Amino acid sequence: MISPAVEKARVVWSVISEKFGDAVSPLDENPTMPFFEVTRPELWLDIALFMRDNPKLRFNYMACLSGVDYPEEGKLGIVCNLESLGEHGYTIAVKVKCDREGGVIPSVSRVWKTADWHEREAYDMFGMTFSGHQDMRRILCPEDWEGFPLRKDYQVQENYHGIKVPY
Amino acid sequence: MGLLDARITKHNVLVTSVDNVMNWARLSSLWPMGFGLACCAIEMMATNASNYDLERFGIFPRSSPRQSDLMIVAGTVTMKMAERVVRLYEQMPEPRYVLSMGSCSNCGGPYWQHGYHVLKGVDRVIPVDVYVPGCPPRPEALIGGLMKVQELIRMEQIGLSRAEALKKLEEKSVDPGRLIEEARKGAKAS
Repeated sequence: MISPAVEKARVVWSVISEKFGDAVSPLDENPTMPFFEVTRPELWLDIALFMRDNPKLRFNYMACLSGVDYPEEGKLGIVCNLESLGEHGYTIAVKVKCDREGGVIPSVSRVWKTADWHEREAYDMFGMTFSGHQDMRRILCPEDWEGFPLRKDYQVQENYHGIKVPY
Repeated sequence: MGLLDARITKHNVLVTSVDNVMNWARLSSLWPMGFGLACCAIEMMATNASNYDLERFGIFPRSSPRQSDLMIVAGTVTMKMAERVVRLYEQMPEPRYVLSMGSCSNCGGPYWQHGYHVLKGVDRVIPVDVYVPGCPPRPEALIGGLMKVQELIRMEQIGLSRAEALKKLEEKSVDPGRLIEEARKGAKAS
């Protein structure tokens, strides 16, 4: 039996892939959180705007945006949990990846305001930048912190302003 | 023996040393700075509130470091906060005391290994007089720590450094295990 979440996600995915073709990957039909990947990251902003404004979709709510590190692939990525509250009730996750060093992902902070701080957090913890973000600074760590703490190979710095950091 | 136990003559003359008077005044009105950093602060506030009522010790929080004698570092000190804690400490007038409350401010606590942003013990940036273990410590434990600060003040003399007072406190400290054992024996007998 196909879960209702997957069924709804299929509808969403078909509307998006009809418009954007091979810029989106096939739908991953896991029952927990169906997702697709944006295989051409430069189109992520257009896809986001389409998902928000298309009357068949109306993804009006970004529940979360998280950063992910994929060291084996040499990539960093984000996972966006989007919801369409109201008439449709759709829920889907979108993944976007970029290079591990100097990677850039288009910002969707002007599409969903939630993304503003979430993208800053992803930058703070993983180090990818978001092009078009109006305020791309660290959000939690101090401004002059070295490195990106949630990367798999992160080593904490020895000193911060003359204070020893490791135990 | 406390100052009030000393004999008062009929002319209201009280004979004691200057050290005693000063120590008594200081330890009877320890004013901590009203700031908390994490969950320990909740426990500290509970200690201040009516159930445990710190005001019976003359302890009540002040809103300015310039009016405070005691800094209770209640909670996780992040690297970002560490510099602010130092600044607050420097704004306090001497003599000032620091009580480190809970595992986080004692040594980093649960963040000791993977907490990249946590200062592994507030004693890396300011001198600490009394450490209260616990995660978070119960109000009784905090009161125990505050009484330890009072004991420390009792050891002070004019011209005696803090380090010497701490050493004196260590030498004069009583093993509580023996007292508890005695109390138990007494309870059984009665």
